[in-house]
Amino acid sequence: MKKARPDAQPNKSILFFTYLIAGVFACMIGYFGYFLQFRGENVINNSYNARLDRFADRIVRGELLSNDGRVLARTDTGEDGTERRVYPYGSLFAHGIGYSDHGKTGLESLANFYLLTSHINLAERTFNELSNVKNIGDNVITTLDVDLQQAASDALGERRGAVVVMEPDTGKVLAVVSKPGFDPNTLDSDWDALISGDNTNAQLLNRAFQGLYPPGSTFKIIIMLEYIRENPDTWRDFTFDCDGLYEQGEYTISCYHGNAHGHQNLEQAFANSCNGAFAALGLQMSPGGVHDLAEQLLFNGELPLSLAYSKSSFTMNEGADTWEILQTSIGQGNTQMTPVHNAMLTAAIANGGVLMKPYLVERVENAAGEEIKRFLPEAYGNLLTAAEADTLAELMRRVVTEGTGSAVRTDAYEVAGKTGSAEFEYGRETHAWFTGFAPAEDPQIVVTVVVEEAGSGGQVAAPVARSIFDTYFAR
Amino acid sequence: MVNVIIEVSKYLMILLMAVYTYLNFSYFRYREEWGQKRVCRRQNVAMFLMHFVAYLILYLKSEDERVALFYLAQVVFLGAYIGLYQIFYRNLTRILVNNMCMLLCVSWIMMTRLSLDKALRQFVIVALAALVTWVIPFIMDRVWQLSRIPWVYAFLGLACLIIVWMVGNNSYGAQLSVSMGGFSLQPSEFVKISFVFFVATMFYRSVDFRTVAVTTVMAAAHVLVLVLSKDLGSALIFFVTYLSMLFVATGNWFYLLAGSLGGCGASVLAYGLFVHVRTRVAAWRNPWADIDNRGYQITQSLFAIGTGGWFGMGLFQGMPYKIPVVEKDFVFAAISEELGGIFAVCVLLICLGCFLQFMMVAVRMQALFYKLIAFGLGMEYIIQVFLTVGGVIKFIPSTGVTLPLISYGGSSALSTFIMFGVVQGLYILKRNDEEDYEESEA
Ligand SMILES: [Zn+2]
Repeated sequence: MKKARPDAQPNKSILFFTYLIAGVFACMIGYFGYFLQFRGENVINNSYNARLDRFADRIVRGELLSNDGRVLARTDTGEDGTERRVYPYGSLFAHGIGYSDHGKTGLESLANFYLLTSHINLAERTFNELSNVKNIGDNVITTLDVDLQQAASDALGERRGAVVVMEPDTGKVLAVVSKPGFDPNTLDSDWDALISGDNTNAQLLNRAFQGLYPPGSTFKIIIMLEYIRENPDTWRDFTFDCDGLYEQGEYTISCYHGNAHGHQNLEQAFANSCNGAFAALGLQMSPGGVHDLAEQLLFNGELPLSLAYSKSSFTMNEGADTWEILQTSIGQGNTQMTPVHNAMLTAAIANGGVLMKPYLVERVENAAGEEIKRFLPEAYGNLLTAAEADTLAELMRRVVTEGTGSAVRTDAYEVAGKTGSAEFEYGRETHAWFTGFAPAEDPQIVVTVVVEEAGSGGQVAAPVARSIFDTYFAR
Repeated sequence: MVNVIIEVSKYLMILLMAVYTYLNFSYFRYREEWGQKRVCRRQNVAMFLMHFVAYLILYLKSEDERVALFYLAQVVFLGAYIGLYQIFYRNLTRILVNNMCMLLCVSWIMMTRLSLDKALRQFVIVALAALVTWVIPFIMDRVWQLSRIPWVYAFLGLACLIIVWMVGNNSYGAQLSVSMGGFSLQPSEFVKISFVFFVATMFYRSVDFRTVAVTTVMAAAHVLVLVLSKDLGSALIFFVTYLSMLFVATGNWFYLLAGSLGGCGASVLAYGLFVHVRTRVAAWRNPWADIDNRGYQITQSLFAIGTGGWFGMGLFQGMPYKIPVVEKDFVFAAISEELGGIFAVCVLLICLGCFLQFMMVAVRMQALFYKLIAFGLGMEYIIQVFLTVGGVIKFIPSTGVTLPLISYGGSSALSTFIMFGVVQGLYILKRNDEEDYEESEA
């Protein structure tokens, strides 16, 4: 009975499953290896990973450096072995560099893993282990530029607002300014006051990445693009007669301070930021089309950013009423946008339609200055076509040569940009916007400025951008 | 200074583990018995060395005499288990015994590191399980009646599952165990074995359509009760095992395809029907979106594995206790964190080696009954390994099953010992038969 008929078929099936299982395990081990080799670092560099804090028991936190090697954050060890994080530039880099003592923010959080990993040579490391001395963590070279950061901060002065400066062709973020700021050196003693409910200044908020503002006339770039897409052959034929007030049934849209722009074609209306013309334009377009375009341009969605940010929001959709269309077309209404998002859209226009992922960590070096890791520019994708980008760049150039952007008109370099004056509460001064790039023909730098409750974009925000451009092109 | 010892020992343990694993697969190259025996002896050397290094660290770090005594108890157990098995069962597959012992070593090392009390309890359970299952090969050789009582297996198993479903303790949303006089028992671990015996006896009798239909209904009943108990991992193990056994018995591709499609359909249905299924899938697809709640366990596991890297943090240098139920479902993450990714891959390969041994026994057995038993148990074992490890590393959604022989848990340890004992028994049976045959030929 035990010796049943020999039959090859079950053995074939058994072998089939044996190979199947071996194959599945090969895939699983492959995935495991891929995770360890390529994904691990990104995953573990997370504020929820308590394990990284343990690294600090054996590693002295490394330094954060500017793009030319100046120290932005370092750790000093006292005689008694106590460690103190020092920020030589005080409040200047507060939001970009962040802090590491009350939770971690900014680059202190982003680069935490690298700062707490030591790549000094093996012999020294072993010697330190033996003699119970902490190893020196790696240094992180950021993309931040001290001179541009200083220029932006000085130009903004005591006013509230934010500045983002980046390279359109690489995505390198050169400056992140948010005012009012705080001094990370004295964070401990200031902490209670900063987080107190009575404090309305929100110094800890990184306005450049997390501040949501109505985009005002800078949104006309997007309305313009939608109109060009809907009327590819005839958009230049649009004309409008502006008497300072545009009336549509019971609603009225006024140009800035009620200025009458007179007869305008679309290029002029864009350059002069004529609200009436764009309100009329908006009524000719499909609200759903604008909604789709806004979402293509990363409204209501995630931005490819590694620092904490807020999502921009755009709510108008098919079936919107006249008032909402009029308001939305001039960048008012419910639309909300962060300065960094505006900078990214401008960068995509300057870069032939391709958005490069913004990044802040340039490379990692060990304490002896040997390169450990280098981060390369990465494209996010095409936000618009090269032809559309060229057209918009040309229109933005005319804003500077003929329109509201006269503050950045100079012979030293050619700027293209767009101003904006965003109303946010009836009876209060507008938020001033400027977003632009230079040189217009071969863009190297994008500057986006917002100054809260300060007046018109052309008069207030553009001069801030001017001093940043001046600093950049002076060298 | 201790840090340096830990650092050096870390690499030493990985090396010994890698050597052991290499030997595991080089074993298949040797046809002659003396070559195989030499491989097994070398494996034992590597294992005892690795075990010693690990406990040296555990002792240095904990500075607890109990750890040293515990170590000695383990050495005595391992020596006795390996030695006695060889003396009493001449024709056994030594490599399977070795692999069991190696996996037990890894288990004890991690348990001692996580909680000495739990490690001691686990050790006692394992020792008892080893003692009880000792006689299984002996029984297998003599009790041919095992193939005559399919309905006893079926109804006994189903009854156990139904009891758990009705009165089971709820742990992490699933009914898995029943409490009896201070002990908590997880019957599905034992039903796994009776289930394989049931299917094997049925298909041994006949593979005509009627038998297949009846068996399928009973198998579906098992799976259904497990799904109702929200024990998805076990349900999946039962389902895949049944399907593969059906295919081995009948060789019918139609059954395999129809069954696979049915399984996919049932998964989609379960996804739509049960909230806890959707929760697990959501936690798998993007654990970062809900890192505080549903994604907490898996993200902590990924932190552990990622922070450990290829070489691990070293024993006591990581934070495995940050992962909820680390000693059960997520023990693989703890191994990877502290002993290293290479070490963890070796553990996986050793599990795969056990599976290959099971399959070799299955292929060599003549009677379909024995074939199906070895094959079915092997499939159950390896699917469970796949589900637990895949869940821990986020390769697949987590299903809440444990890693056999390594995870903490008495029922699992005992049932795995029974499985390995049965297969060992089959192997011995076969070898004794072959010897009889050779003698009668001569
Ligand atoms: Zn006008």
